[in-house]
Amino acid sequence: MSAEMTPPLVDAPPRESFLTAGYGVKSWLLTRDHKRIALLYLASITFFFFLGGLFALLIRLELLTPEGDLVQPETYNKLFTMHGIVMVFFFLIPSIPAVLGNFFIPMMIGAKDLAFPRLNLLSWYVYMIGGLFTLWAVVHGGVDTGWTFYAPFSTVSSSSHVLPAAIGIFITGFSSILTGLNFIVTIHTMRAPGMTWFRLPLFVWSHYATSLIMVLGTPVIAVTLLLVALERIFHLGFFDPALGGDPVLFQHLFWFYSHPAVYIMVLPAMGVVSEIVPTFARKSVFGYRFVAYASVAIAVLGFLVWGHHMFVSGQSVYAGLFFSLLSFFVAIPSAVKVFNWTATMYKGSISWRTPMLYAIGFIGLFTIGGLTGLFLATLGVDVHVHDTYFIIAHFHYIMVGGAIMGYLGGIHYWWPKISGKLYSEGLAKFAAFVVFVGFNLTFFPQFILGYLGMPRRYHSYPPEFQVLNVMSTAGASILGFGYVLPLAYLFWSMRYGRDASSNPWGATGLEWQTTSPPPTENFPVTPVVDWEPYEYRPKKEVAAVG
Amino acid sequence: MAEPRPLSREEYAASRLQHHFVSMEQQRDASTLAMWVFLVTEILFFGGFFLTYTVYRWQDPVGFAHASQNMDIVLGTVNTAVLIISSLTMAMAVHSAATGRRKPLLAYLSATILLGFAFLGIKAVEYTDHIHHHLFPGPGFRFPGPDKPAAEMFFSLYFGMTGLHALHMIIGIGIVGTLLVMAYRGRFTPEYHSPIEVSGLYWHFVDIVWIFLFPLLYLIGRHLK
Amino acid sequence: MSDPVGPHPGGGDAVRPHAMTEHIVSPKIYVAVFAILLLMTGTTTAVSFVDLGPWSTVVALGIAAFKATLVVLFFMHIKYSRPLMRIVIFGGLFWLAIMLLITLSDFMTRGWLPVFQRFEP
Repeated sequence: MSAEMTPPLVDAPPRESFLTAGYGVKSWLLTRDHKRIALLYLASITFFFFLGGLFALLIRLELLTPEGDLVQPETYNKLFTMHGIVMVFFFLIPSIPAVLGNFFIPMMIGAKDLAFPRLNLLSWYVYMIGGLFTLWAVVHGGVDTGWTFYAPFSTVSSSSHVLPAAIGIFITGFSSILTGLNFIVTIHTMRAPGMTWFRLPLFVWSHYATSLIMVLGTPVIAVTLLLVALERIFHLGFFDPALGGDPVLFQHLFWFYSHPAVYIMVLPAMGVVSEIVPTFARKSVFGYRFVAYASVAIAVLGFLVWGHHMFVSGQSVYAGLFFSLLSFFVAIPSAVKVFNWTATMYKGSISWRTPMLYAIGFIGLFTIGGLTGLFLATLGVDVHVHDTYFIIAHFHYIMVGGAIMGYLGGIHYWWPKISGKLYSEGLAKFAAFVVFVGFNLTFFPQFILGYLGMPRRYHSYPPEFQVLNVMSTAGASILGFGYVLPLAYLFWSMRYGRDASSNPWGATGLEWQTTSPPPTENFPVTPVVDWEPYEYRPKKEVAAVG
Repeated sequence: MAEPRPLSREEYAASRLQHHFVSMEQQRDASTLAMWVFLVTEILFFGGFFLTYTVYRWQDPVGFAHASQNMDIVLGTVNTAVLIISSLTMAMAVHSAATGRRKPLLAYLSATILLGFAFLGIKAVEYTDHIHHHLFPGPGFRFPGPDKPAAEMFFSLYFGMTGLHALHMIIGIGIVGTLLVMAYRGRFTPEYHSPIEVSGLYWHFVDIVWIFLFPLLYLIGRHLK
Repeated sequence: MSDPVGPHPGGGDAVRPHAMTEHIVSPKIYVAVFAILLLMTGTTTAVSFVDLGPWSTVVALGIAAFKATLVVLFFMHIKYSRPLMRIVIFGGLFWLAIMLLITLSDFMTRGWLPVFQRFEP
């Protein structure tokens, strides 16, 4: 099935690649190579992921017992706020685009780099500066407004470090904008000869759609945080009812970005799944164009549904009706993708490698998350479960069961290409299994808890909810262990792993036509494309252009 | 020892081509598209402020109109004209670069900068005046009559929106200043001047934001007594 | 090679009839646009002193939109640019419109359902 070579047992000298092209801190911190920048991002987001995970651990420890006995209520408020801020803005939103997108989009289209390599590097520095502001807020006592920064608490009453956190997110937003801008321009102007739009890998389509959202939505959260900052500093009344402001206006502005933001988080993961599934089913993607159009449809429709976060805010019922209806519509393109991935696997030749395990996990868990999203889009149901653990379970099924599994699947799929090494398949399968079990044990009980009425953002709860909470905390510990495992064996593989060939999975796609790891300029000669994507037949040779 | 021969125009243009692009045309297309996409982000960025303005004006149009009467319509109109002239000089700067005329290029870039400073100077005069009349929002805000809350909202939006606009002007002046230095050093030719074109797009955009701010902030209460 | 792609030998979007920056706009056009812009500025200021009722806002914003269109078409060269740039601008404006219209529709329809009025202070 795969074209894997038997690697030499002798310790071969390091092959020339982007990893060996220049040593030393300066060659990394001043790099213009999109592949090195992707690895800079990988290091940073891994750090923020485990920081966000630490907050999650503390939350789940507090929730082991019904009484609020581990931390003060104000501290608990800070814990869930920092968990949300760090996970959303510093892990989920950048993760796949900044690491896998940066690394592979130029390669997938046959280009030498992104359109603006220096802007790409700047984007990482901007991300880091924003991260530092937020870290400063964390270290100096945290923020307690919830990651949603609702006014007027955030603008008038909260005595926590709202301003540095808001500034940090504002700055990091520019990193997102610059990345999206770079991707859009690159995909429009730098495709190799023969690489037409409908020969692009679906991973590229997903990232194009994601970039549209980044570019159209992020400026709105930026101006919203600016308004919050101005109100806090100058005691203005944009959102303060005492001064004639309307807190619901804040929510409109906030969610106008933050709903599409969830599609920034999930579309790239869908792109990863669209790459993994045909490879490990050895079959072309079913309905390629439908999947491509669905990505763009999700991006567009995703901007029309934000009010479903505001059904009980005092928003007009008619607006609620509109948002409810549109929220049903936005489920359709996602469902199309799920059908198409499933149809791709039907009568395919499935191989159960680790990336495929994550992809299949994604499909199942994202479906559950998406279906519960439909429950929530139903106005009447949402009135009952809003601000309960049902909501938390819903979005964690999508963000963790979906986006993070997509991310891990992508990391495992492309690890041989990035590092030139193979990881231990046995350990990786085990870790995937641990993640899957831990995840479901953590979050499925939360659907039940929410339906029974346990509210979110409370550090204590009625005793009858304890059993489910204990299950959830147990699951979280297992999940945490499952996340640490890849950190360990992937690191280990960099030093001791077997060498990978250029195409260990026997996949199609331009990135597999070059060495593992790739050379700095990606391809020795510019490829010319004259085949369709996901053609699982004897591979055509890459034609050389001089 | 012979002096190095100066580059021909073709050689110079070729030297400006970045290694990951295959042609100058591709590089130019990429920069232009990038600037337009960036301007879209700016539309949405200012857009949040425009939304806030729209909501609160809709809720109390008369209060807003009364507050707007405290704006200096002469200075506002003059400032609008100043920016329009600066857009003309910026467009002429691009034209000069495209036709290889260095002296007019330097002149037009300098004129654009001076007009930018003129705009900021007039705004500074206005701000000082407003602050003297206790029209800066916050605890020190004073406005006679029942429209005080609406007026404070109006002035919050006024200072916020024109302040954000002024910040963009300052950045724009910085950019055009940098172009002026580069132009002085002869860095631009008809084959390579996309930094000027692209900066021109930014400058015109900042002008357009003011074209909308002006009637919304200065002209809404004029017909009232 | 089967697929003719791009003006760039390296690829990129579909063939354009002529490159954008090869078109140099005549200064006469710039000056004419400039004159119209100044004229419209004076007009909008003058008209603001006339009571047009609800039409005041429409006229003021209409004039502003007209001025902005001239700047975009001629100073920013959209008239001479590829269709993609127009799509980009249209997209940005459309998205702004979505944000404004849908949010306003909340505020404007709040009082419509009598049920909630019982709870207002």
